[in-house]
Amino acid sequence: MALSFRRRKSLSPRVVFPNRILPYLLVAPQLAITAVFFYWPASQALYQSALREDPFGLSSKFVWFDNFVRVLSDPNYVNSVQVTAVFSLATALVAMAVALLLAVMADKVIRGRGIYRTLMIWPYAVAPAIAGMLWLFLFNPSIGTLAYGLRWLGIAWNPLLDGGDAMVLVVAAAAWKQISYNFLFFVAGLQAIPKTLIEAAAIDGAGETKRFWTIIFPLLAPTTFFLLVINTTYAFFDTFGIIHAVTGGGPGKATETLVYKVYNDGFVNLILGDSAAQSVILMAIVIALTAFQFRFVERKVHYG
Amino acid sequence: MATVDLRDVRKVYPGGVEAVKGVSIAIPDKALCVLVGPSGCGKSTLLRMIAGLETISAGSVSIDGRVVNAIGPAERDIAMVFQNYALYPHMKVYDNMAYGLRNRGKAKDEIDRRVRETAEILELGHLLERRPRELSGGQRQRVAMGRAIVRNPKVFLFDEPLSNLDAKLRGQMRVEIKNLQRSLGVTSVYVTHDQLEAMTLADVLVVMNAGQVEQLGNPLDIYEKPASTFVASFIGAPPMNLLKLTRGSNEFAFANGAHVAVAAPAGAAILGFRPEDAEAVPGDQAPQAGLALPAVVEAVEPVGSESFLYCSAAGSRIIVRVPGRATATPGDKLRIGAKSEKLHWFDEAGKRVG
Repeated sequence: MALSFRRRKSLSPRVVFPNRILPYLLVAPQLAITAVFFYWPASQALYQSALREDPFGLSSKFVWFDNFVRVLSDPNYVNSVQVTAVFSLATALVAMAVALLLAVMADKVIRGRGIYRTLMIWPYAVAPAIAGMLWLFLFNPSIGTLAYGLRWLGIAWNPLLDGGDAMVLVVAAAAWKQISYNFLFFVAGLQAIPKTLIEAAAIDGAGETKRFWTIIFPLLAPTTFFLLVINTTYAFFDTFGIIHAVTGGGPGKATETLVYKVYNDGFVNLILGDSAAQSVILMAIVIALTAFQFRFVERKVHYG
Repeated sequence: MATVDLRDVRKVYPGGVEAVKGVSIAIPDKALCVLVGPSGCGKSTLLRMIAGLETISAGSVSIDGRVVNAIGPAERDIAMVFQNYALYPHMKVYDNMAYGLRNRGKAKDEIDRRVRETAEILELGHLLERRPRELSGGQRQRVAMGRAIVRNPKVFLFDEPLSNLDAKLRGQMRVEIKNLQRSLGVTSVYVTHDQLEAMTLADVLVVMNAGQVEQLGNPLDIYEKPASTFVASFIGAPPMNLLKLTRGSNEFAFANGAHVAVAAPAGAAILGFRPEDAEAVPGDQAPQAGLALPAVVEAVEPVGSESFLYCSAAGSRIIVRVPGRATATPGDKLRIGAKSEKLHWFDEAGKRVG
């Protein structure tokens, strides 16, 4: 044991803990938190997804996969999947594209660069519900300042009645809140690109647009990939507060995402079995999506 | 095939710092001009102004007779080799070299032919499918050179291209760069802080200090007749010995009061001679060359082919080069001489006299 340890040390500069128990003690708090707040609720959801309660919530019986069958054959659920796909894709895309644009612009600013960056990061500090309210008020068809402007421009704007308008509104609110976060990472990513590379490309005859697409964008790929994973997860889960405050899933379930439906069916309608089945499906979707991203998208990413 | 003409070029940064204070250099066609100086002397800024990466505050830069002040780097028809090579890390060696040609809309088969030809010259043929991170420092250096050569530009610009290489490789690449530049016949500007590179590469050597040209000319002329104490101590290794003098009636007194009779030109206040022009004899003998400065050996540095004696004499440090193995040891008393035609004289301000 001692011999192999020494040999390892001489081959690589890696630090090896000789203590057997200490490492476990050090990771124990993190493991405990993960266990209590992730594994335990997840296992509960898994268990509940196979139970059905009677209408009064007094007893429950084990029904195997009946809840899943019911949920998956429910047209409202299929609608929710579509809504989520549109919402997540749009939110992630808008949040990342706008953040990248702003980061590239902010990178060019020389005077007052710190102020720009600080101001850009502020929206991230706003709580989702507050952000939702902010957008709700701005775009409320009867009292919203910006809704008034839209109507003045001749756009029939009514997110309370029109599902498409409502979707645009929640996507805008959700993206707006995430832009700051993405901006921060894109700025850091841009700064990590050596200036001489850009200069070399300029000498090589690449114009600004060409430089961006052939040099900067490929070199940002690790950042973009990371943000893709984070933004997808964000759009799936963390946008609950915004949807809750702005549309409440409406009008007519036009903005009812999967997470919102889990909440609606479980906590409002108290169909716990269905809700649990939905959250298990949601978990499976996110795991599959993340696995897909790592398997196929990451291949195209060059890390330095 | 172009001349490069700098006329009273200045660079003032927005903060008011003047990095380049009026530099005029005329580089003839096919010549290799080396800008040398300590860090912060403005040599890199000057190079970047020729490249078009820095704006020119005043004066003019002409390439091939055309003033390029207002022209972007891409249209100046130059190629630059950066200190950190600046290879595109996400592209293969082939694409790194082809990038500039593609941007200029060259035909695919012409690009392919030129990249392969250049790779042949630089012995990069087997590396074309690799990415920069899979290459050694020397190979990356070659790719950076290849990227410059493949474009067949009017002017090559080198920004300390060898300073990230180890000493042995640096020596090899130095010779290679010189040969390549000769055979391709492309006018080049080369920035370095290494006086050995400067001496060996330059057709035209420009010694810079504090944003100004200290001296400009043929490297050996500069070595033999440095225009100032700055040039004298910068060009040549180890640097020239410089001794402050005070003038007596018909002799010079050194700082510590030692008197030595030498014929000095009017206005001279500093005496200089190179370690390789000095001669050391035991303290009880008189050197043939004259001067006969009494000195004590402080340290001996054997290099193999030669040795350097670090002596203290006349209140200053004097370095003497002796061939082969040195017989002197620290503590020995010596007399140091130098031939009168090998003496350099400078005035109070450090400018050359005579």
